[in-house]
Amino acid sequence: MGLTITEKILRDHSNEKNASAGDFILANIDKCLANDITAPIAINVFKEIIEGTDRDVFDKKKIILTPDHFAPNKDVASAEQCKVLREFAHEYNIENYFEQGRVGIEHCLIPEKGLALPGEVFIGADSHTCTYGALGAFSTGVGSTDLGVAMALGKCWFKIPQSIKFIYSGRMKEHVSGKDLILHTIGQIGVDGATYKAMEFTGEIIDHLSMASRFTMCNMAIEAGGKNGIIPPDRITEAYLNEKHKVNYKKYISDKDADYFDIIEFECSDLEPQVSLPHLPENAKPISEVDAMRIEIDQSVIGSCTNGRLEDLRVVAKILKGKKIAPKVRCILIPGTPEIYLDALKEGLIEIFLNAGAIVSTPTCGPCLGGFMGILAAGERAISTTNRNFVGRMGHVKSEVYLSGPAIAAASAIKGYITSPDYI
Amino acid sequence: MKGKVIKYDQNNINTDLIIPARYLVNSEPKFLAEHCMEDLDPEFNQKIREMHLSIMVGGSNFGSGSSREQAPLAIKTAGIKCVLAPSFARIFFRNAINIGLPILEFADLKEVNTGDELEINFEEGKILNLTLNKEFIIKQMPAFLHKIISSEGLIKYARKQVLNN
Ligand code: SF4
Repeated sequence: MGLTITEKILRDHSNEKNASAGDFILANIDKCLANDITAPIAINVFKEIIEGTDRDVFDKKKIILTPDHFAPNKDVASAEQCKVLREFAHEYNIENYFEQGRVGIEHCLIPEKGLALPGEVFIGADSHTCTYGALGAFSTGVGSTDLGVAMALGKCWFKIPQSIKFIYSGRMKEHVSGKDLILHTIGQIGVDGATYKAMEFTGEIIDHLSMASRFTMCNMAIEAGGKNGIIPPDRITEAYLNEKHKVNYKKYISDKDADYFDIIEFECSDLEPQVSLPHLPENAKPISEVDAMRIEIDQSVIGSCTNGRLEDLRVVAKILKGKKIAPKVRCILIPGTPEIYLDALKEGLIEIFLNAGAIVSTPTCGPCLGGFMGILAAGERAISTTNRNFVGRMGHVKSEVYLSGPAIAAASAIKGYITSPDYI
Repeated sequence: MKGKVIKYDQNNINTDLIIPARYLVNSEPKFLAEHCMEDLDPEFNQKIREMHLSIMVGGSNFGSGSSREQAPLAIKTAGIKCVLAPSFARIFFRNAINIGLPILEFADLKEVNTGDELEINFEEGKILNLTLNKEFIIKQMPAFLHKIISSEGLIKYARKQVLNN
């Protein structure tokens, strides 16, 4: 019996040369990541482990620290958290500590910096670490205890997951992106539809899908309960990596006779842009239905580790160009990293946003987790390109978040209710 | 190990039932243990103490819900030495192992009842119901997970590794 890409990567990172799905392994990790919320606890765990010894971190190059959630420091408490990261990074000469101003939203920043590569085992104390599966890595979220141990030993234990293969066929309509594919998928299988499983995305649509859309899809694997999302590396992955970094990596692909827990096919030629209604990502509906509901919005948030990339901003700029944000709507645009921000500036996108009456924020998680920079009041409604629409996620427990891709969020910002650029 | 069973014949015993969110303001393990399972069985702690029960048996998808590490911690501190269920939620499983609470997949729920005495052999993957005199083969606990458990958790396990080389 053949193996899936996920099985192969994990097996090759352990001493169990015959391991496959269902087996437990202790894996050598290639990179580990924590942010201003999770690193302080992990750092305590690390210090408890090495106390009284002259032990160092397992590898100064392989630990990544990103103060991105409540940064630039939103208050005294967050300033203290960020300070813990900074001091630890300097004490241990952590190479990949990103100071504010150079940091971006972690899951946008890390691929951009070439810090996640095909074939790697990547763990992060953040549930959306599954994003880097888009590059053909095994990448997953863990707890702070796991991360503290990883910083000391460079190892993490796993049960090798079974995989579900998703096959996307047909031709996507205009304004349909990776976000719509994944919202539709979660809508079909539910928020626990892939619990514990690897979600392997394949098919002719994936073969032609941009890296930005691939990141978006893998990013939301966790919203279906998945352990990891993964797309076997191909020429699109290679082109992306070659453009940015000349690096070596190992490419894995699934065997033809690999054993899958399930195989699910979606024919996407008729797929419309999707909107997930409150309060679960699985409440996905086609835009034609949602448009008919005339759902008025107070805010449109475009950014986050799901949709804060240059491609997303370009889509938005095309729709906002020469238009005005609806009088009672706040439209907040958050480029994912300083580099994306700068590229958007050079391309004239930022000017388009500001002329339309939008707010352009420095890269941060901000409103995505109800942190700051765009909190909702009671009764307010937002359309958002983020990944979670749980109760109170963006502010007051009586506020509402609707999830969509950038095209819908931009069109809705102009109209004041949830709609599609196709209807403007 | 040997111990007597406390059984809840119910699927999806989630982390809110194990330790309700209203108690998360205090992370003291003893405090958490006092409120363990209280919404499902207010006499959980009393039964454990009076009947000397130490092996918890539950239905499938045990520990679903939030990622709170307090859930396995409350169970462990209450005096439970092992949890058996047909299946566990992913993060609960991780957290239980990481804090040194052995948990094992065991499907024959009908074959154990509250008060039964079990003998569990982790290395060989065997469970013996001494009360019914029946033996069950389960999946062996992988050697290093067993090492984590016998070190009383991942932090102590890692500390040992560090001190040994
Ligand atoms: S943008 Fe949102 S989902 Fe992504 S890492 Fe930040 S808080 Fe988490």
